[in-house]
Amino acid sequence: MSSIEVNGKSYETDEEGYLVNLADWNEDVGNYLAKTESVEMTDQHWEVINFLRDYYNEFQIAPAVRVLTKAIGKKLGPEKGTSQYLYALFPYGPAKQACKIAGLPKPTGCV
Amino acid sequence: MADETPVAVAPAPTSVPPAAKPAEKPAEKAKVVAPAYREFPTIPVLKIDSMVESNPYVAAAVHNESVGFPGTLVDGWEQKAVAKMGELLGKYRSLKVYMDSCVHCGACTDKCHYFIGTGDPKNMPVARQDLMRSVYRRYYTLPGKLFPKLVGARDMTKDVLDDWFRYYNQCSECRRCSVFCPYGIDTAEVTMAARHIMDSVGHGQKYSNEILGKVNKIGNNLGLPGPALEDTLLGLEEDVKDDTGVDVKYPLAVQGAEVLLVTPSADFFAEPHIESLIGYGKVFHAAGISWTLSSYASEAGNFGLFNGDYNMMRKVAMRIREQALELGVKRIVVGECGHAWRVAYAFWNTLTGLGNNGTDKFSVELQKQLDPRYKEPSHICEFTWDLIQQGRLKFDKEANDSRIITFHDSCNVARGSRMGDYAGGQFDIPRNIIKAVANNYVDMALETTREKTFCCGGGGGVLTDDLIELRVKGAFPRMEALQQVVDKHGVNFMATICAICKAQFTKVLPYYGFNMRLVGGVHQLVSTAIRLGDEQ
Repeated sequence: MSSIEVNGKSYETDEEGYLVNLADWNEDVGNYLAKTESVEMTDQHWEVINFLRDYYNEFQIAPAVRVLTKAIGKKLGPEKGTSQYLYALFPYGPAKQACKIAGLPKPTGCV
Repeated sequence: MADETPVAVAPAPTSVPPAAKPAEKPAEKAKVVAPAYREFPTIPVLKIDSMVESNPYVAAAVHNESVGFPGTLVDGWEQKAVAKMGELLGKYRSLKVYMDSCVHCGACTDKCHYFIGTGDPKNMPVARQDLMRSVYRRYYTLPGKLFPKLVGARDMTKDVLDDWFRYYNQCSECRRCSVFCPYGIDTAEVTMAARHIMDSVGHGQKYSNEILGKVNKIGNNLGLPGPALEDTLLGLEEDVKDDTGVDVKYPLAVQGAEVLLVTPSADFFAEPHIESLIGYGKVFHAAGISWTLSSYASEAGNFGLFNGDYNMMRKVAMRIREQALELGVKRIVVGECGHAWRVAYAFWNTLTGLGNNGTDKFSVELQKQLDPRYKEPSHICEFTWDLIQQGRLKFDKEANDSRIITFHDSCNVARGSRMGDYAGGQFDIPRNIIKAVANNYVDMALETTREKTFCCGGGGGVLTDDLIELRVKGAFPRMEALQQVVDKHGVNFMATICAICKAQFTKVLPYYGFNMRLVGGVHQLVSTAIRLGDEQ
């Protein structure tokens, strides 16, 4: 197992850099993980991250890409409710990259 | 690993001969570059050990144990691996024939997309098989026992195991090489046996084993729990209503529905997969056939196939049988998923059906319950094509006029199974559907389609980020063929019927300078053009 160190505290991650314990997450850890992904966090990024975490708390899984785009569209306007918008924020794919920054497990399977 | 996220790089322009790649500096190691297209499809120049660094993650103990394998490499694994090989050779006569019958004629060498894309000689199918064959000779043939060096026999050592792990995880079990083998040797079966042996001694691959654990626990590869599935489906109903004004339902666990649809869980989650799911629902709606999805059996894809463990495959398949019995459905239809259809078509009967045990009362019960007028199981393409032929579906083909479409045959449908009632139906039926719902269709080069189709580069348990270099390079022959029809006909939509193909192409298309949205499902096209009937 690997680990990362943020503000002098050590957090366990898996081989791919996803947090092992979801409860370990806080904004500083999120910022740190974003840096490892070369993602410059802005308010728009946090909107998505916060939505992901809320959804996960309710359903124990990250939302489908479509659910995510719809929710973002409702909140920020239809022009932002597209997967292109999400890919612009998280170039390696909104599901995997945003989940990692949000401290959630990686979606697996044929995705 | 995190800071090594691959960066998409546009491919070199066409007809530039492949140049020798400069040695990569460590900092650039993660930068995966698509190979340059070839002017003529020549055999690649050998690049010895070019993929020696390509290793998937070894499964953690928790993942191995969740599917019943030892957590880590066991003591005395060498003997145990050899013994397991003996067990498989005894059980599967085919494996022994494959080990014995290769004459090293070389017909398979340049047929593998991974060899074409990487140039690593160990990605020649014959060389990949020989990783196991050499060990087989050492322990299971007389010359190999007496004079190992003379016959290229090797002891089972850690170096050999490492090579197995590397190169048996660089095979997508697509079986294209088998089409060209004069002896019909099925490399996929060899790869499955090798992975099975590695699993049995505690050296599994993370991607597949983690996912199999999730199926056992939650019911699908994604780990999507029931409430989330329900929420997603309700959202879809809203979307389709907004879009069409029609109340198309995406029902869950409906007792007594006529059809149970099992589809890859990626259809509930990913783009463009979900567009096909929307399409299935519209087909059921327009035809007026009651149907249901199930949370318990919310996965059609069967990763048990990838490591050749039939017990695991049976366990995954059993969930579908149990659900079919419980819901009392008359028909089982399988969504757009290559490996699912292979398992459903070729294995369900002996895994969970009458072929499993003629007196098994559940099998008998299920057979009584299912409607004998239909093929069980049916592929969603067979289902839709039947309805089209009966004139029960109507389309506005011009709705697809912005698309110039080609079709990518998925390997496990093309070479592992069939549709309809004649050989080759699996090639014609999806194309027939596309032509029934759209006006602009062209095929890619014949040597890259139908039974000679090239794998997308992500099948058979390699669709994982840790193998991205393999995936990008493995997609190379398909990308070449696609580029030709893009240049010649302006193709802007490559339809396919496999969740892995869709996810893989979405990821690798940009490496070749294409838009990721160029790939989609056959039922995505159906969805665009279908008349829902309510307006008439």
